Amino acid sequence: MKSLEELAAIRNKMKNRVVLREGSGEIRVVVGMATCGIAAGARPVLNAFVEQVASENLSDRVTVTQTGCIGICQYEPVVEVFEAGKEKVTYVKMNAEKAKRVVEEHLKGGKPVAEYTIGNN
Amino acid sequence: MKELSLNILDIAQNSVKAGARHVGIHVREEGNVLSFEITDDGCGMKPEQVEKLVDPFFTTRTTRKVGLGIPFLKLAAEQSGGRIEVESRSREDFPENPGTRVFALFYKDSIDFTPMGDIASTLVSLIQGADGIDYDFTWDNETGSARLSTEEMREILGEDTALSSPEVLAWAGEYISEQLEEIHANQ
Repeated sequence: MKSLEELAAIRNKMKNRVVLREGSGEIRVVVGMATCGIAAGARPVLNAFVEQVASENLSDRVTVTQTGCIGICQYEPVVEVFEAGKEKVTYVKMNAEKAKRVVEEHLKGGKPVAEYTIGNN
Repeated sequence: MKELSLNILDIAQNSVKAGARHVGIHVREEGNVLSFEITDDGCGMKPEQVEKLVDPFFTTRTTRKVGLGIPFLKLAAEQSGGRIEVESRSREDFPENPGTRVFALFYKDSIDFTPMGDIASTLVSLIQGADGIDYDFTWDNETGSARLSTEEMREILGEDTALSSPEVLAWAGEYISEQLEEIHANQ
């Protein structure tokens, strides 16, 4: 059973960690979380990104954030990836499985998953 | 929306956009009735805005001309035989205590009742997106009460551990799921 004591243990563990917790802002993943996004399934997409970025140890250079409606509701769930010095990549009609692949191939491997981008949908 | 927990996520995002510092999400289950109330201390709305909320073609947003959040919630409530209530105090008229309260009531035995779904996931999404906002979540039924308070979490975590760190989010999701399981075990 999870308890508040366990939360205190998490705190102590994190205090001893040397790596930076907050993203350096190198890569920013933005998930649309307005009514359109939520209705289309953005919640599991967001949570998949958060979990995968953590489990792949990408937290020091990837930040996952939320935004409102960006105006292309028919393509939701929409995820935008911003990387310093590179053109923005817009992923459309996302789901949790696709999010995992984007983490693996794009965020980790540096190669956008072309078939999920807005240009190919 | 396929789950009421998605409506809750959507309505709570409105509180975030209204600049709220405190958001309360309170679910009550009593017999055949399930209700929830979302309260915030955000900028609030004027009476004429509140009046137009149920109109899908009224929105203050500029990216598109349709606002479906409240209409979706109203539909979900009314199709089960229930209703919604929205009350608001705009910052302009009530500078001391602005805020909004959205209440929705559902009948669980209706064939058109939308299930609650994954409320833990909704809470994790909200906490992930909102450093600086405190959420107080409770779920009460005849068996007991489940609670998750980010204020309480912050007290334990101190200043050096963010609420949005993955380990903390994972803990929060499981902590509330286990409590919810417990109060639903005997039903």
